[in-house]
Amino acid sequence: MSASSDVGFHAQRQARWHYGEVAFWLIVLACGFAFPTRYLIMTDILRLALFAMSLDLILGYAGIVSLGHAAFFGVGAYAAGLLALHGIVSEPVLALIVAGLAAMVLGFATSFLVIRGVDLTRLMVTLGIALLLEALAERFSNITGGTDGLQGIEMQPIFGAIPFDMFGKAGFFYSLAVLFLLFLFARRVVHSPFGLSLRAIKNNPLRAAAIGIPVNRRLIAIYTLAAFYAGVAGALFTQTTAIASLDVFAFERSADLMLVLVIGGTGYLYGGLVGAVIFRMLQEVFSTITPQYWQFWIGLVLVVIVLVGRQRLHRWVLYLPNLVIRQIAGRKAIVAVPESDA
Amino acid sequence: MTIVLETQNLEKQFGGLRVTRDLSLKIEQGARHALIGPNGAGKTTVINQLTGVLKPNSGRILLEGQDITDLPVHKRVLRGLSRTFQINQLYPDLTPLETIGLAVSERLGHGGDWWRRMGTRSDVNGEIADLLAGFHLLDVMNEQTVTLPYGKQRLLEIAVAIAAKPRVLLLDEPAAGVPESERHDILAVVGALPRDVTVLLIEHDMDLVFSFADRISVLVSGALLTEGPPEQVARDPQVKAVYLGEEAVNV
Repeated sequence: MSASSDVGFHAQRQARWHYGEVAFWLIVLACGFAFPTRYLIMTDILRLALFAMSLDLILGYAGIVSLGHAAFFGVGAYAAGLLALHGIVSEPVLALIVAGLAAMVLGFATSFLVIRGVDLTRLMVTLGIALLLEALAERFSNITGGTDGLQGIEMQPIFGAIPFDMFGKAGFFYSLAVLFLLFLFARRVVHSPFGLSLRAIKNNPLRAAAIGIPVNRRLIAIYTLAAFYAGVAGALFTQTTAIASLDVFAFERSADLMLVLVIGGTGYLYGGLVGAVIFRMLQEVFSTITPQYWQFWIGLVLVVIVLVGRQRLHRWVLYLPNLVIRQIAGRKAIVAVPESDA
Repeated sequence: MTIVLETQNLEKQFGGLRVTRDLSLKIEQGARHALIGPNGAGKTTVINQLTGVLKPNSGRILLEGQDITDLPVHKRVLRGLSRTFQINQLYPDLTPLETIGLAVSERLGHGGDWWRRMGTRSDVNGEIADLLAGFHLLDVMNEQTVTLPYGKQRLLEIAVAIAAKPRVLLLDEPAAGVPESERHDILAVVGALPRDVTVLLIEHDMDLVFSFADRISVLVSGALLTEGPPEQVARDPQVKAVYLGEEAVNV
């Protein structure tokens, strides 16, 4: 039946890979070879990107706002630190997964508090949980090292074969591999019926329930998955920097994440990645120009983004690449940023 | 005849206000049943209790003989009770294709499927295609819902409810707000609903009610005033007095 296959074709429209996406990942990979002296900042961007992607999963797809996403980042960070420090799980990849699972357990447990209530309640509850964990980490200093943080972490080689080097090269490619794999997974999930049902819930929870979607169950599922992602991001932080201190739970960390998504946009997975790059770049540039007032300029940029509108900015940014692509590949191959109005 | 949907002594209060008073309704299999009443009679409150959005203070709701009073909304849908809303409740950012696709997926139990991509199941695709065609939505299936004309959105609203393959369909003022030019499509679609689907219609439009319904219940101040076939209700002096005023009704 042609109408049926037509429907199938269009239903998979967004799930298909676009040229722009392939180009994006090739560029990221190329950066690893092009800037051998900048591994540390680039690794930092990758971690932030993964962390932001985690928030995008709940904010951009399911519409759950959070000001305490650092809670999961922090649990992942400390878990990875403790596992390495005490030699419980010394192989980094396995430790990464275990740390992610620890954050996931917390995510599942707290999801019941978060799904009830509206946006404002959610902001307060998530913020509260992060603050609570920060206080607990400080209180149980015999485990966490208190304000000094975990010290003397020594990372074993990845898969027992690739050691972390002092330039951060191994750390960068390790982080990139983790980010890419988790991106692939997330991409798969958001284009499934489950992912679509999340967008439906974000759009209209009343109607979502009225077509038979178990709204709460779906929200718990995605919140738990996002906690895993954030935990892995936190674990990457500890593994690539060999420190875990109280600031992994800091409010600024959760708040920065919101800014990253404001810059990059939500609901198309690349928002966190693009936003992380731009956010860190802006931070770098402004703190070089005016070390004391860089936050002022970041603030100004955010105001401009909100006022001008992200979609228009994207059109301007993509104007030149599209001009080139159109010459080479004809009209159809235009790089566009699919985006819901955030 | 078998009764598919029944309420027994349904009672709902908002604070001191009794919005549903001791309401016992029986809807027969395959019926075209209309629930009418003046503004504020509590019609939508009844629908909200039937679908599970609101919980009654007392009384029971039976779907095909089984007590569903305590079931959450989504479970009633899976049991075969589906509804449309008086004011469109759609997903502004999603396309008709996605909207209907999701409803079909949920019904077939694929809604929680988080690995397989949307659009790769041929049985789901086939159903989506049939529904889109049946509701004149094929040409706009990739447009964002928010950009569709109101009439199309109204059709989508009904299509989504039908996609759940309901045994009982609750239509809450299906033609409300639809411009005259697009009204015909809606009425045709409502008229062409399969006979095995039982329909409970809530409507202000008397032409629609009397052309569509084979049984009418009149609700006044939350209580059942009278019930019967259209001719009888139209002649009922009580109904004329409280609801239709003194005007005569064309049957």
